[in-house]
Amino acid sequence: MSRILTFAEAISEAMAQEMERDERVFLMGEDVGRYGGIFGTDVGLYDKFGPNRVIDTPISESAFIGAGIGAAMEGLRPIVELMFVDFFGVAMDQIFNHMAKITYMSGGNFSVPMVLRTAIGGGYGDAAQHSQILYSLFAHVPGIKVVVPSTPYDAKGLLISSIRDDNPVMFFEHKLLAGLDWLPFGVKGEVPEEPYTIPLGKADIKRSGKDLTIVTASLMVHRALAAAEKLSAEGIEAEIIDLRSLVPLDKETILTSVAKTHRLLIVDEDYLSYGMSGEIAAVVAEEGLYDLEAPIKRLAVPDVPIPFSHPMEDFVLPNEKKIYAAAKALVQE
Amino acid sequence: MAKLTKEELIKMYSQMVLIRLFESKIGEIYGKGAIPGEMHLSNGQEAIAVGVCANLRADDAVSSTHRAHGHMIAKGVDLKKMTAELFGRKTGLCKGKGGHMHLFDPSIKFGCGGIVGAGMPLAVGSGLAFKRKGLDSVSVVFFGDGAANQGTFHESLNLAALWKLPVIFVCEDNRYGISVTKEMSTAINSNADRAVSYGIPGVAADGNDVAEVYQVTKAAVERARKGEGPTLLEFTTYRLMGHFEGDPEVYKPKEEQEEALRNEPIIRLEKVLTKEYGVNVEELVKIKEARQAEIAEAIKFAETSPWPKPEEALEDVFVEGGVR
Repeated sequence: MSRILTFAEAISEAMAQEMERDERVFLMGEDVGRYGGIFGTDVGLYDKFGPNRVIDTPISESAFIGAGIGAAMEGLRPIVELMFVDFFGVAMDQIFNHMAKITYMSGGNFSVPMVLRTAIGGGYGDAAQHSQILYSLFAHVPGIKVVVPSTPYDAKGLLISSIRDDNPVMFFEHKLLAGLDWLPFGVKGEVPEEPYTIPLGKADIKRSGKDLTIVTASLMVHRALAAAEKLSAEGIEAEIIDLRSLVPLDKETILTSVAKTHRLLIVDEDYLSYGMSGEIAAVVAEEGLYDLEAPIKRLAVPDVPIPFSHPMEDFVLPNEKKIYAAAKALVQE
Repeated sequence: MAKLTKEELIKMYSQMVLIRLFESKIGEIYGKGAIPGEMHLSNGQEAIAVGVCANLRADDAVSSTHRAHGHMIAKGVDLKKMTAELFGRKTGLCKGKGGHMHLFDPSIKFGCGGIVGAGMPLAVGSGLAFKRKGLDSVSVVFFGDGAANQGTFHESLNLAALWKLPVIFVCEDNRYGISVTKEMSTAINSNADRAVSYGIPGVAADGNDVAEVYQVTKAAVERARKGEGPTLLEFTTYRLMGHFEGDPEVYKPKEEQEEALRNEPIIRLEKVLTKEYGVNVEELVKIKEARQAEIAEAIKFAETSPWPKPEEALEDVFVEGGVR
């Protein structure tokens, strides 16, 4: 049976069901206990599972992320919460050199079945150290699966898959999707009560169309869907691909779509250079160039830190208007 | 403290000799270019590896540093597989993907890495896992005096003390962080004193006296197994070699090195065994010969083992399969 849940509620439910199913699963991080997670994603877990399985940690990211790795190597299945992705720098060594590489360096002798969940994104004036996306940084380093859900339904199914995966998974939750009162936007959607999985590495076509392909993820899926409605009123049908995971990357769905629409717009809330938008563009240039009837177009943050003041933040982040304009220009090209 | 028996000490001597002879041989082979990468040897630090690990069971975990051969041998690694890994062969512990600085063996619950100070959070994690599973296993982490100035040291001690985890922090003070002396890098004399900040026992001891290392660690292990939490140990020793093979060691005073050679743990133990326990020199020679033969066999195994296929480089980024 389905009910309407917020994105944050879907995440909390996924964790609760996995913790019920498997004794080895536990959650640790800053303010995940009584507070329920700064973005509301852990609400109810502490009351249900107590302080031994929902563990508040000190502000000590290297130690508790590293402890997650060590516990995973001993066969537990930790879910570790890094409050804002922007804070990863203080624990970068543990993530990049250990979580990502121990499986490989050990020749597959050790696995690290851990999920590192983190909040991403701007759009509410939180400035340069609390608004980044950064998923491409982690996708660049081999050994980490990178999952980026956009809806409550996907969030639950993808998180359950991530927890059950034997590899380290980074799970990126956009703050504006969470559904908190103090944040703008927020998504709700139908979520089945029973546990279910969505395979990692399978993109989802969130809207079917014939005139251009828009490849995107997370919050920008919703921005692109809104733009597509406007375009549709003018007779332009955009196909919207929600990547859902950057690693593994579902090249096939992208290439099949481009072969159908012959035009590609990539919308990425991350920085423009050397990131996800560049990777998708390269994949299509290498493997689908002859399907294109116009140059690939990218819409992303123009290589500046995220500014504080609204007019400037609006200027740098992709939004519905910019997607609409870019798509229209691309179709008319 | 109860005195160790002759048998116990001879066993420890044999392990220390194995480490010393093995590493000396590896240094020689490395010098000829037969082993890829860097090479960090632990000559002079054998008493710590052996004295600590003599307290451990198979189900206890050890994490170590870029200078890990001694710790791994003391924990009971298959010497052939470890040697093959140093040579980059398919039969190595990690199929040739880890090498000398990244040795992993789940069968002896051992892992190490090349980043200074990074093993401590991981050790906190295995301690946390043992506690959660209701086991009385302990987690031991070796690190150098240089690593005690990393943030991970303080974060990990705090977390382990806060959660009363069965973790034993073993600082090997070999006087140098590459070329910089402890006096030049560390504001206090003994890292063991830093335990006060976390409300746990901190013990400084002579790391060249295997019996002392054993006894001090024994108390820490007993405390951890009883659920009383972590202990910080600091053992003073001396790195007889350079930081890595090829290090010109211009920073080490000659008199200091000569003094260190007089005080090194194997010679010291030989004196104790012959003078206090009546062991005759021939017996010690026999032990050395037996160990040499073992080493020769391991090296032969490594040298004659096949190389990995180049395309095996593409495997093991992720483990395959679903839920375990």
